[in-house]
Amino acid sequence: MKLDESKPIYLQVKQYIENLIINESLKANERVPSTNEFAKFYQINPATAAKGVNELVDEGIIYKRRGVGMFVAEHARDYLLKERKEDFYERYILPLKKEAEKLGMTEEELINLMKR
Amino acid sequence: MIINVNELEKKYGKSEALSDISFTLEGPKIYGLLGRNGSGKTTFMDLLAGHTLPTSGSVKVDGLETFDNRKVTENICLIKEANNFHKDLKIKQVLRAYELFYPRWDNKLALALIKDYHLNLNARIKSLSKGMVSALGVICGLCSKAPITIYDEPYIGLDAAARKMFYDTLIEEYEKEKRMIIFSTHLIDEVSLLFEEVLILQEGELLLQQNADELRKGSCVVTGEKEQVETFIADKDVIKKEELAGMMNAYIYGSKREAEAAGLRTESIPIQELMIYLTEKEGA
Repeated sequence: MKLDESKPIYLQVKQYIENLIINESLKANERVPSTNEFAKFYQINPATAAKGVNELVDEGIIYKRRGVGMFVAEHARDYLLKERKEDFYERYILPLKKEAEKLGMTEEELINLMKR
Repeated sequence: MIINVNELEKKYGKSEALSDISFTLEGPKIYGLLGRNGSGKTTFMDLLAGHTLPTSGSVKVDGLETFDNRKVTENICLIKEANNFHKDLKIKQVLRAYELFYPRWDNKLALALIKDYHLNLNARIKSLSKGMVSALGVICGLCSKAPITIYDEPYIGLDAAARKMFYDTLIEEYEKEKRMIIFSTHLIDEVSLLFEEVLILQEGELLLQQNADELRKGSCVVTGEKEQVETFIADKDVIKKEELAGMMNAYIYGSKREAEAAGLRTESIPIQELMIYLTEKEGA
C-alpha cells in the first residue's frame, strides 16, 4: 500500500491493518506490526501510526499484551466483515447507481452487467 | 519542553517580519512550520534559537528568555539552509565544536552517519559540495540530541536517496528518544507525513496551528453543479472557489461525509495545496 498524503494518515494505517485481517494475512492471535515498524516502513510520524493502532485497540479488533506487542483479537475478522458489508451499499452501490442514472441506464441493464 | 511565544514582534527597520504573534509549542512532537517566502519563518526560528532579539514581546523556553542564554540555547539546535559552519574548519573540528556546545551530543551516531553519507572527517568545509554540506547539517542536528531541534530547509542540496536516509534516521532516533523537532520547509509533500502538528505563517502572522491529520480530515474539495455547490457552501468556511462550464470546485473546511450526503463529489486536499490556497486567500 502507498499512503495518500492528502488523507488522514492514521486512518490509512488503521485500514491497512483491517485489510490484512480481512484477507487473512493476519489471523486471530497473530502479532500485528508495531507502531515503530509502521513508522519506519512508511516514514511517518510514530505518534500518527500509534493513533491508528490505538483506535483498533479501542474497538477491540486488536489487543495489547504488555511488553510483547499487539495481536489480532479472536473474532476480529467476523466483526470487520460485518462492518464492511454494512458500508457496502453506501460506498459501492450508491455511487454505482448515481453514475448509472447519469448515463441513463435502466435497472435491467445494471443487473445484466452485474451478472456478467 | 514548552515554548511560549507571546505577542512576539520583530521589525527590520520599518518592515515588520513578525507582527504580534502568540502561540505555544509543546514537545516532544514533530512540527511543520510552513509559509511562503517572507512569511516570517526564518525570523521566528532565529528568535527561538536566541540568535536575535525581538522588537517587542517574548519567546520563552520553559519560562526562560532565549537570547544570549546558554542555559537555554544548549537545548536548542538550529540548522539552517546554508552557512552553518565556518568555511576553514575541517569536518572533525565542526563535530568537536558541536560536542562542546551540546551536552547531549551523540558522537558515536555522528561518526556512523559521517560514514553513511560518505563524508571525510579531514575535509574542510570550503571543499565540500552543496550536498555534502547539507548532509553535515542534517547530521549535526540529529546528533545534537537537542530537546528542541530546528531544521530550516536543511536538505536543499541532498539528493532523493540521501533525503530518504535522513528521514529513516530521524524516525529511528525519534523513536529511541522523543524530542521536539521543528521543520520549516516549502517542500511540504515529502515531509508532511512526519508532521504531527502544522503551523502556517502568513505575512508575519499565525494563520493556523493544527494537528496534521485533523487538518487533512477537516478540509476537502467539493465538486458539482454550480448552483448545488453554492447552496451547500452557503454556511461553510470557503477557502477557494473555481468554476468551469457550469461546474464548481469549492475548497472548504468541512467534512466529506456531509457533502457526499448532499450528493456532491469530494476529494481530499494535500497539505501543500491547502497551504497555497490559504495563503492566497489571506493575501488577496
